[in-house]
Amino acid sequence: MDVIFNQLFVGLSIASILLLVALGLTFTFGQMNVINMAHGEFIMAGAYTTYVLQTAFGTGLLTLSFGLALPAAFLVAGTLGLILEFLVIRRLYGRPLDTLLVTWGVGLMLQQLARDIFGAQNVSVSAPGVLNGGMEIAGVSLSYSRLFIIAIVALVVVVIASYMKRTPAGRRMRAVMQNRSLASVSGVRTRRVDRTTFFIGSGLAGVAGVGISLLGAVGPTIGLNYIIDAFLVVIVGGLGQLRGAILAAIALGMANSFIEYGTTASVAKAGVFLLIVLFLQWRPQGLVVQARRGLAS
Amino acid sequence: MSSVMLEVRNLVVAFGAFHAIDDLDLTLHEHEVRFVIGPNGAGKTTLIDSITNLVRPTSGSIRFAGEELIGKSEHAIVRTGIGRTFQKPSVFDELTVLENVDIAASFRLRFRSLLKRRRGISDEVAESLDSVNLTAQRDEPAGSLSHGQKQWLEVAMVLVQRPRLLLLDEPVAGMTEKERLHTGELITQIAQQGTTVLVIEHDMDFVRRFAHKVTVMHEGKILTEGTVADVQQDETVREVYLGRPRDARGAAEALA
Repeated sequence: MDVIFNQLFVGLSIASILLLVALGLTFTFGQMNVINMAHGEFIMAGAYTTYVLQTAFGTGLLTLSFGLALPAAFLVAGTLGLILEFLVIRRLYGRPLDTLLVTWGVGLMLQQLARDIFGAQNVSVSAPGVLNGGMEIAGVSLSYSRLFIIAIVALVVVVIASYMKRTPAGRRMRAVMQNRSLASVSGVRTRRVDRTTFFIGSGLAGVAGVGISLLGAVGPTIGLNYIIDAFLVVIVGGLGQLRGAILAAIALGMANSFIEYGTTASVAKAGVFLLIVLFLQWRPQGLVVQARRGLAS
Repeated sequence: MSSVMLEVRNLVVAFGAFHAIDDLDLTLHEHEVRFVIGPNGAGKTTLIDSITNLVRPTSGSIRFAGEELIGKSEHAIVRTGIGRTFQKPSVFDELTVLENVDIAASFRLRFRSLLKRRRGISDEVAESLDSVNLTAQRDEPAGSLSHGQKQWLEVAMVLVQRPRLLLLDEPVAGMTEKERLHTGELITQIAQQGTTVLVIEHDMDFVRRFAHKVTVMHEGKILTEGTVADVQQDETVREVYLGRPRDARGAAEALA
């Protein structure tokens, strides 16, 4: 029984990280069909933002610097996203493969930039005191930093969902995604909606970076560890579907956790990939489907 | 004659070597209801597309109430008071009927207020839903509406913006007889309230019943203009329709 609880928590924890890195992509990839390979580097930028704030405030104010890191990383990564959208991506809408190559190159440049600024060595972010240790429930030890990541994800999901459903701005975003021509002749400034969508999506990558900085060392290539998983979550979930991404992240996290138990991490990774391939053969459109602008159009 | 609302001069829209609109002139006056007919590929929809900037004209000028429209962005054109519908019913399927109209109604909203939740519905939104008989369906997703209701919803979305010029692309296609009648009455009523209306229509029965002045387009040009009776007796109009076998049905109707 303990084993099952333990693996459930591990699965949930993996799921929360997967979802955290994928949430931004539900906007840029899911809503706008932009394959932004530099998304991983936006995650990196968020992680480094945490590091910079921590260095600036000193170790005495870890909790404060960590609390500030969440909005700061959102702004930093969001601004990077806005710049990328303005300089590159707006010229490449409707050309997903070109975007893929160009943003991959931008990602490499950002990695080098991080190396130049912070050095090639990894840096470490210390978790604030309140997140050290953990608690034990039914024989399973739950670490506070893992629980904190789950809490961040839950919070971000609630904020995004209410933004999309309740505010006129979120409705416009959905409207532009569903029918760009109709939205534009209804008076929606579609270019501004594009920019806003990209800003939010990129900013969420920054928030993911803050969470990830709790899990290990922060280095220039940290984004590479997450970018593929993030795309997989969005694809398995169904493009542009928040609900789909949540379900997909949970499914992949649990699969990973339970396959890993009794085998190894590598076997689990391979097993999950195999499951994804099989699943996409059966349901190429993902878990949750919605009519949308086609990728090829 | 009342004042000129829309003035299209020497308009050319070229897609490569093909001229979808070829040196076209068109003038619409205030309060006018103008029907535009013509065989498939005559450039009727392209005309509306270039007025609303969904298609960029190659040359020429489109002036609305004296203001040049070419070069303006789509939302700027909406703000000058031009609304349109599409040939294929185009609504935001995943949003509710009310949300659809609300998006159109909020076209003048400032950016900041876009983040506020708003409660209740404004009079204009309620009124426009009422004018197309969709008040009862307002919380249903627009995708679940019937074909005709979707077209009405599109009309409601345009009406809520109180346009001075309304461009309707085949508004009654696929509607039942009762729905057509209602739509025709609605168009007449909109015009009486001071809006200039341009209607592209294939259904000659509908054109005969509600049109005063008809413009016939053919191969990107204006073939002729006049009353329904004038147009029906025009030799060139007969030729255009009869010369193209695939439009035989249209020809039969046009000449009936």
